[in-house]
Amino acid sequence: MKAAALLFLLLLSIAAAVTVGAADLSVVDVLRSVGAHLGLPVRALPPLPDSIVWELRLPRVLLAALVGAGLAVCGAVLQALTRNPLADPFLLGISSGASTGAVAVLVLGIRIGTGPVDLATGAFAGSVAAFAAVLALAGRRAAEPTRIVLAGVAVSQLFSAVTSLIVISDAHTQDTRSITFWLLGSLTAASWTAVTLCAAVAGAGLLVCWAAATALDAFAFGTDAARSLGFSPGRTRLLLFGVTALVAATLVAASGAIGFVGLTVPHAVRFVVGARHRSLLPACAVVGAIFLVWADTAARTAFAPQELPVGVLTALLGVPVFALVMRRRA
Amino acid sequence: MTTARLRADQVGWNAGAVTILAEVALTAEPGTTVGVLGPNGSGKSSLLRLLAGLARPHTGEVLLDDVGLSMLRQRALARRIAVVAQQAATEVDLSALEVVLLGRIPHRPRLAGESGADVALARQALADAGLAGFERRRWASLSGGERQRVDLARALVQEPDLLLLDEPTNHLDIKHQLELLHFLASSPTTVVVTLHDLDLAAQHCDHLVLLHGGRLVAAGSPAEVLTPDRIAQVYEVRAQVDTDADGRPRIRYGRSGSARIVPG
Ligand SMILES: Nc1ncnc2c1ncn2[C@@H]1O[C@H](COP(=O)(O)OP(=O)(O)OP(=O)(O)O)[C@@H](O)[C@H]1O
Ligand SMILES: [Mg+2]
Repeated sequence: MKAAALLFLLLLSIAAAVTVGAADLSVVDVLRSVGAHLGLPVRALPPLPDSIVWELRLPRVLLAALVGAGLAVCGAVLQALTRNPLADPFLLGISSGASTGAVAVLVLGIRIGTGPVDLATGAFAGSVAAFAAVLALAGRRAAEPTRIVLAGVAVSQLFSAVTSLIVISDAHTQDTRSITFWLLGSLTAASWTAVTLCAAVAGAGLLVCWAAATALDAFAFGTDAARSLGFSPGRTRLLLFGVTALVAATLVAASGAIGFVGLTVPHAVRFVVGARHRSLLPACAVVGAIFLVWADTAARTAFAPQELPVGVLTALLGVPVFALVMRRRA
Repeated sequence: MTTARLRADQVGWNAGAVTILAEVALTAEPGTTVGVLGPNGSGKSSLLRLLAGLARPHTGEVLLDDVGLSMLRQRALARRIAVVAQQAATEVDLSALEVVLLGRIPHRPRLAGESGADVALARQALADAGLAGFERRRWASLSGGERQRVDLARALVQEPDLLLLDEPTNHLDIKHQLELLHFLASSPTTVVVTLHDLDLAAQHCDHLVLLHGGRLVAAGSPAEVLTPDRIAQVYEVRAQVDTDADGRPRIRYGRSGSARIVPG
């Protein structure tokens, strides 16, 4: 029942968020445009408002929902696997790897394709490289949480340093500014291609995580306890580290490193639905999606026509939520 | 409830280059209660981890009903062996009932949620542990002894053939210590339990093994194992051993002045 209500709230949020902006649109307009594009027998919108809904706002809002859902679930999974409440989706070097990759492409002009696809591909490659470095550094006992967390910290620092080096060595300030914007996270690059890609990867990844919900519960009392409840802790950890890294890398490539969603949403949701992952993970997905949809809507409209990086807003909204949760836990 | 025979065949285990256990043999006949004794650091917890299949012995083998543990899948083991750890600890905000329900995980399909029967079983186990009404209490708010009893209830709903307990009495008051040991002794499940209280072990265990420095010093009935000489040798404490009406040893320790707390 609660699940149905949350899902309804998400759909409503998506429809409502699409109406917000300079051009005056109603929820009915949004539904008409979507219906027409899906081939339903509804009266289509005029071309201009239709392209605002279908080409600009809808992909952006959907991408926000996907990124929010994916980051929140990855955060919840990593917090359980490492038994570390501070774990977030970027724990394993994903975000700093992505910045290095993106900056290398942007500044050094490494080209594989054309235009913004380059940036995303570079970011994705950087994330994967960073995660591989984390695994290599953690070595044979990579499944041990402390080792992999420490390796993640070291690799993140290394890649951040490399990013700074590249940025400093470059003279084009214009590029540097767009890099900063991207590092803080932004959904301005949303497209149907990005939405499709993120939906496929995050969808599959979240299903794997949900299937592992009971195993995550079993980790509550540590490795031995998980094993004596019938799981192989090493294999489970490596599989889920891999899956969350892949999901986070895909999302970061599409939207930059949007902070605080993956850290705070799981804590807030745990507070309401409890710590068990069969209900925690789906709830995180929906709440993360709603949260980022509204954060991004605020980011693009609050100081219109000037846009805020959405990562600034998630931190501004996330910190008070976090403080509240911490106070009520203490 | 079924029951199992457990046999450890000359098992040894090293941590890096250090030998922690060497050539330890132990047999627990179906339905019996075996006590593992020994001073701090003698290897009791390490032995229990080998018996539970949580670590593989570097030498020798552990057999459950004559099948090597290494031949069994982790999940099959979880359906037959339950472990109560020396110190169960979590930062996860679970309720007492949710902790007990963890014990049902090995008994349902991987993707399934808990059934009503699981919940009923867990409630009953909590009540049996003297914790009726504690269902919604947070783990963090429980006292040491209450946590220990919740963890025991978790192990019991796992419906094991073999129950391994590592100092399950260390936080319990006298009443709950006696209740627990009485329960273990009369349970049809095979039990291996580590204990520090020699009297408690002597009164309730069918069979005892005594470890010292990772080696087996003695094994047999309580009367065979708990002799004054051996207690002096292993624990460095002077003890007087009497025999009670059931033929079980009763131990009295020498005055505190004669007990050396610091070795050497
Ligand atoms: N992973 C490990 N690495 C190094 N030493 C270890 C390891 N595990 C156990 N030991 C050592 O092996 C010895 C036996 O430890 P164990 O925990 O089995 O003792 P115990 O008999 O259970 O003691 P206690 O009564 O204090 O619980 C101890 O000296 C301990 O320090
Ligand atoms: Mg011990």
